[in-house]
Amino acid sequence: MEIKWYIFLSIVLFMLGVAGVLTRRNSIIVFMCIELMLNSVNLLLVAFSKMHLSDHGNAFSGSVAASGQLFVFFIMIVAAAEVSVGLAIIVMYFRNTRSVDINFLNRLKN
Amino acid sequence: MDIMSSIYLIPLIPFAGFLLNGLLRNHLPKGVSSFIGSLTVLVSFGLSLMVFSAAGTEGFHAFEINYFNFFHVGENVVDLGFKIDRLTSVFLLIITGVGFLIHVYSAAYMHEESKGTFAKFFAYLNLFVFSMLVLVMGNNFLVMFIGWEGVGLCSYLLIGFWYKDHENNKAANKAFVMNRIGDVGFLLAMFWILAEYHTLSYTQLFDGDKALMLSQHVGSTFVVGVSLLLLIGATGKSAQIPLYTWLPDAMAGPTPVSALIHAATMVTAGIYMIARSNILYALAPFTLTVISIIGITTAILAALIALKQNDIKKVLAYSTVSQLGYMFLALGAGAFSAGVFHVMTHAFFKALLFLGAGSVIHAVGGQQDIMQMGGLSKKMKITFITFLIACIAIAGIPPFSGFFSKDEILLAAFVKSPVLYVIGLAGAVITAVYMFRLLALTFSGSYRGVYDENKIHESPGTMTIPLIILAILSIAGGWVGIPEVISSGANYFGHYLDPVFAKSQSLLPHAHVSHSTEWVLMTVSAALMVIAAIGSWVYYKKGRSGIIPGRLALAMKNKFYVDELYEAIVVKPLMSISSSFEKLLDSRIIDGLVNGVGKGVVYGSRQLRLLQSGQVGSYILLMVLGVLLLFVVQLLLK
Repeated sequence: MEIKWYIFLSIVLFMLGVAGVLTRRNSIIVFMCIELMLNSVNLLLVAFSKMHLSDHGNAFSGSVAASGQLFVFFIMIVAAAEVSVGLAIIVMYFRNTRSVDINFLNRLKN
Repeated sequence: MDIMSSIYLIPLIPFAGFLLNGLLRNHLPKGVSSFIGSLTVLVSFGLSLMVFSAAGTEGFHAFEINYFNFFHVGENVVDLGFKIDRLTSVFLLIITGVGFLIHVYSAAYMHEESKGTFAKFFAYLNLFVFSMLVLVMGNNFLVMFIGWEGVGLCSYLLIGFWYKDHENNKAANKAFVMNRIGDVGFLLAMFWILAEYHTLSYTQLFDGDKALMLSQHVGSTFVVGVSLLLLIGATGKSAQIPLYTWLPDAMAGPTPVSALIHAATMVTAGIYMIARSNILYALAPFTLTVISIIGITTAILAALIALKQNDIKKVLAYSTVSQLGYMFLALGAGAFSAGVFHVMTHAFFKALLFLGAGSVIHAVGGQQDIMQMGGLSKKMKITFITFLIACIAIAGIPPFSGFFSKDEILLAAFVKSPVLYVIGLAGAVITAVYMFRLLALTFSGSYRGVYDENKIHESPGTMTIPLIILAILSIAGGWVGIPEVISSGANYFGHYLDPVFAKSQSLLPHAHVSHSTEWVLMTVSAALMVIAAIGSWVYYKKGRSGIIPGRLALAMKNKFYVDELYEAIVVKPLMSISSSFEKLLDSRIIDGLVNGVGKGVVYGSRQLRLLQSGQVGSYILLMVLGVLLLFVVQLLLK
């Protein structure tokens, strides 16, 4: 498969994530949309590294391609850590306000 | 030449006096501060005497010393140094000699002041003496200018010495501002000289056959321009038309100040400057004519005004303006040494007149109106006799000092143009009339004042002794300049100064007057003076006010409305221009700009602040839009 299909899919996923973050008020969904954007980028990274690996078989570019895939795992781990923190905040928030509406979060400002 | 190596002490000792009195003014007893003030000037006087005698030795030309380089910009080099020649040494003697007497006198005159004020007064006087000495000792125009500004500052400080009366402050401001107008001329002249020759040194510009000035043609634009600009400076400092109106107002200061600064020394700085640059002026006959016209006009105008003034100090002030006019007349006629001679005799008798007036004012409780005096000769014999001597001297009656100097000036005027002579003689007659009017109204007749007559008393010894010394000088001071016709070779003063003016005299045209003409002129003027003096004395003894018909007298009394004229043509337009500029340019445009920037920032930030709403969604939207914008920009740039 050509690389461009991966890029298209990735863009679509990313735009879905952006649209969701911009339009939805439910913070759980906003959170899911952020994950969607992260994963669309992950997808792109994996696609490019696979492309590199198939184009150039030599050792140097192989390590570059492998590091791309390794990066994806890092991002997943960091995202998981982030999710745990973010969800914890949302849970605490829900306990206080009985709501997960993101627009009420600005009350923290005062 | 031993004394010459320590000439820097002459100005520095009074400066030390200034520092001591100025810094410790609240801690020194009055006796100590007046002692310091007088002693420092006395030491300078002693040194000046030594310099004078050293400069008088046969073959002495000039002694010059450069202490350090003042600045060196491009080709322009100006050093700080002193130059002593015979002209300087004469001025040194006048400044320190008369200055010392006035310091002694002030100790008694100012004794009612509080301790701090008293010491401050002496500090200012010492600073003045220092500045004046720098002015005459400098070896280039810039050092002269430093002294020139220094004396201007001291004049300002001392006119406004009693600063609690706002009138005095106004007078001080007037003196300061009018002097600044003159200083602009002086500055421009210096710039022009620097631009032309890259030096301000007298020696390089004027001295000897290699003098730079001599490369100029007679009457070239440069010499005429520079000499006229310097003349503007001189008219400011020496109170000549058109910048003379500050001097009568300067009488607001204490009387010893009027004697020292506004009669004997500072106001002669302009004459010194012109005499110093005599070669420049000799090369510019046009300027010399201008000087003589200014001199004669000032002399006659101020004499006419003096005739109708009733304030004892105002009369003397106008008399000073008038006598300075005579000095200018002498300079304009090319008789530089006659001008300097009159500076010297005038310093004696005018200082005496002012100190005498101070003694009178002191006695009658601060009264200055001569219509409120009269009959004081019985109460204050020493003051009366010394005042009489001064009046005879200033009136130009032989053999008192004023006769010789004024006669020399009138003779020079006669050589230049008989018209100048006639007007000058008329002015001299008026001088005799107003001086004896002053004398008669003050000292003879019966007492007309309101101040308790029994309280009037002679002043103490510290005030009368300077009067007596100055009286002796007023009598004998002229004998050093006895004209050739009376006694051959007796004009010691003229011969003493000959080397200074030799070069310029060789440049100027010479016309000789026969001895018989000179005798006739001299006799006529002496006779006229005696008649005028006696007539005036007899007429005014009765306490009468004047003989001149109404309207002219009124104009004279009101100083020919010159102050009002200046007010109308200079001050008022200037004020209205400034206030319209203030309204339009300053408060609208400049303030508008400054305030507009401030308001713009405040308004802009108030609008921008709305963006920070706290809505996460809007932040993200903006971020996305920003990223998209970057994409678009990148696409367009490709």
